Amino acid sequence: MSAAQVLSDHVREEIDHWKARFPEGRHRSAVIGALHAAQHENEGYLTTELMDAVAEYLDLPNIQVYEVATFYSMFQTKPVGRNNVAICTNISCMLRGADEVVAHVEKKLGVKLGQSTEDGRIYLKKEEECLAACCGAPMMMVNHEYHEDLTLEQVDKILDGLD
Amino acid sequence: MSDDVINIEVDGKPVEAKRGQMVIEVTDEVGAYVPRFCYHEKLSIAANCRMCLVEVEKAPKPLPACATPVNEGMKVFTKSPQAIAAQKATMEFLLINHPLDCPICDQGGECELQDLAMGYGRDVSRYNDGKRVVKDKDIGPLVSTDMTRCIHCTRCVRFGEEITGQPQLGTTERGENMKIGTYIEQSVDHELSANIIDLCPVGALNNKPYRYSARAWEMVQRPAVSPHDCVGSNMFAHVLRGTVKRIVPRENEAINETWLADRDRFSYEGIYSPERLQKPLVKESGEWRELDWEEALNTAADRLKGANGDVGMLSSPSATIEEGHLLARLAEHLGTASIDHRIERRDFSDQDADPAFPWLGCDIADIEEQDAIFVVGSNLRHEAPIIAHRIRKASLAGARVSIASSEEHEYFFNVANTLSGAGLAELLAGAGIEPVIDSLKAADNALVLLGNVAGRHEAFSTVRALAADIASKTGAKLGTLSPGANSAGLSLTGVLPGEGGLDAGAMLDESLDAVVLLNVEPDKDLHATPDAVGKLGRQGYVVAMTPFDSESLREAADLLLPIGTSFETSGTFVNVEGRLQSFAGIANPVGESRPAWKVLRVLGNLTEAPGFEYLSTEEIRDEVQANLGEIEPESYAGTTRPAGLSGEDAPAAEIDTPIYSVDSLVRRAAALQMTVAAKRAAGETD
Repeated sequence: MSAAQVLSDHVREEIDHWKARFPEGRHRSAVIGALHAAQHENEGYLTTELMDAVAEYLDLPNIQVYEVATFYSMFQTKPVGRNNVAICTNISCMLRGADEVVAHVEKKLGVKLGQSTEDGRIYLKKEEECLAACCGAPMMMVNHEYHEDLTLEQVDKILDGLD
Repeated sequence: MSDDVINIEVDGKPVEAKRGQMVIEVTDEVGAYVPRFCYHEKLSIAANCRMCLVEVEKAPKPLPACATPVNEGMKVFTKSPQAIAAQKATMEFLLINHPLDCPICDQGGECELQDLAMGYGRDVSRYNDGKRVVKDKDIGPLVSTDMTRCIHCTRCVRFGEEITGQPQLGTTERGENMKIGTYIEQSVDHELSANIIDLCPVGALNNKPYRYSARAWEMVQRPAVSPHDCVGSNMFAHVLRGTVKRIVPRENEAINETWLADRDRFSYEGIYSPERLQKPLVKESGEWRELDWEEALNTAADRLKGANGDVGMLSSPSATIEEGHLLARLAEHLGTASIDHRIERRDFSDQDADPAFPWLGCDIADIEEQDAIFVVGSNLRHEAPIIAHRIRKASLAGARVSIASSEEHEYFFNVANTLSGAGLAELLAGAGIEPVIDSLKAADNALVLLGNVAGRHEAFSTVRALAADIASKTGAKLGTLSPGANSAGLSLTGVLPGEGGLDAGAMLDESLDAVVLLNVEPDKDLHATPDAVGKLGRQGYVVAMTPFDSESLREAADLLLPIGTSFETSGTFVNVEGRLQSFAGIANPVGESRPAWKVLRVLGNLTEAPGFEYLSTEEIRDEVQANLGEIEPESYAGTTRPAGLSGEDAPAAEIDTPIYSVDSLVRRAAALQMTVAAKRAAGETD
């Protein structure tokens, strides 16, 4: 299947937007933006078919897209839960009790970091590093939204509120 | 002193360096060895192995020599305590995840990691944790993988990106999970891809057909010349007790640089094919009988003498000049002028205008210097992978490459103008040629190159005249690729029809008393002659000198004489530049086969040809060289536009020979026949 068939109009628009932000001939730099767009419309993960389509659309060798997609932790190459929960465990958050938050969430959801709940509701992201919100430590990011100064009660409320 | 030269100091000795050079280039020049894994002269700088750390005065930390540009007054210490400590520390890290399975690793004994671990490794490991294990991948029939051994130097990745232009290997995942691979299961297909075996500094990527069959230190290294294309790539054969175990490139910047095409590297497997002809065979009332050499040679000589000059001779374009010279002399003695090596050619209508030998138009290395190149009728990457690589380099350097080909092929470089979808002559004479002419005119150095598909074309003379016309109009050089390893040498030694002789196209239409075939398989090599097998069967007596036994030979011939492949004989090839390259016999003969030049010499003796007392190929070569004098390359000079087509201007699919079908040896190389390219050619798409 060609890229036009695999990628939606919106994703292709999004890729064009990223392409336009880099100098002529440097379209390889648009890969991250392109993969974000593709992943967003595919329940939060990338398939080989999607990566091949992005490669074709950006006129890159497939392997160069696989490299990027497997390197960055924000890209998933296997199916995951539909809500992305990332608890920062870097130094500031760790000092402010991130480890307890992780332990609590793992116990609550019955999954370990890097796993998804069986009902496919939540993906608990593997080892999130600093998200640059140290002033609000401990923090976590849920579906691109920051939640700071967490208490275990707040965490429960946030997680329970996810559909 | 020019501004470009600066003075630095290496290990206390003053050294001149060029601005922009990296420290490692300068230390290499002066012989101050710095250990390295990821650095390679032909590849971009990655600086990711950190093995080449050296001390530089005033730098707070050791610096990687491969990625540190020289500076005026710089003082480099390659063996200071700080440098050595840094290198040893790097080595300790590299060995953390390396399995140290040297005793069962094919790389053992010729491994850069093993060698450097001797110099920089600790004798006892301080590492007690679990080691990383990486699953091996199947990347095709040519390269084996043991990815746990990989140290992530990324030479193979950069090779794909920079040298072949077809990146299939990459680094996926990160940190401890980082691995080299293809991500999805697929083979690495480029026709130069097996060079990653040599590039890999450890035993992660190795030679698959050679796997576990010998140890590096048991083998003898013998220089050889590739017998498959007009390039004449230099290579070494690694030989164990007379058996070729593997082939590796022999560096020659003027020809193949440090690379070797997969075809040249793996064709040796054909030497040991079960289809090798072991003994002379004769057909007697429809039955084949083994006979000894003496009887076989006497039979052949009697038949040839008895033919009273009604003899035809066809040679493979990959025969050596020594074989060609003896064949030509034998033909002369037997009183025939019907001798030819141009067995792939279809259009002989203006053969009188052929130059002395098919010449590239410039040296191989000069291809890179061209500003515009126009390739006419060629499946370039399949015909001459090294030439295709040079043209790719020219393209990367900014040359405008145009291609006229009835079939579309994949190139991993920018093609400025592609003419396709019609017959070659039509393409050259059509309106689409204008931008090509403009690009050639605008170039200081321009080359028009006729490929093998053009050479085999029904309307070759028209195509050639049109190409020559374009070249002369635009001031471009005209060159040609030729089939086989020695079209040039065989043209020069007179394996061409003489006065009144028949050419390869006409020969088999006659009914001759005797025909001699030199390493020619009628069904596979004589595709230019329709029904070649049947036509040969109707000739009086056919003597086939051949390394291989095959059904078509048994059908076509009456006497089969087993000769050695080019690995079992000494000889000389002349490549498409006109470069004479001699080589010695490398492998023990298989069965009772003998070098073809010895067979021809005895046939000369038995037919009482005068002066056939040669004792060595050197003697024959010297005679050839004395006859030839200096080899003067020339291009085809007929430049008048032809009045009309010389033959049918058909699209070229059926006249293209697949990369791994070009000669009898390659066709029997098992691993090459399992590649995607070979399977595709055989119609088995994956």
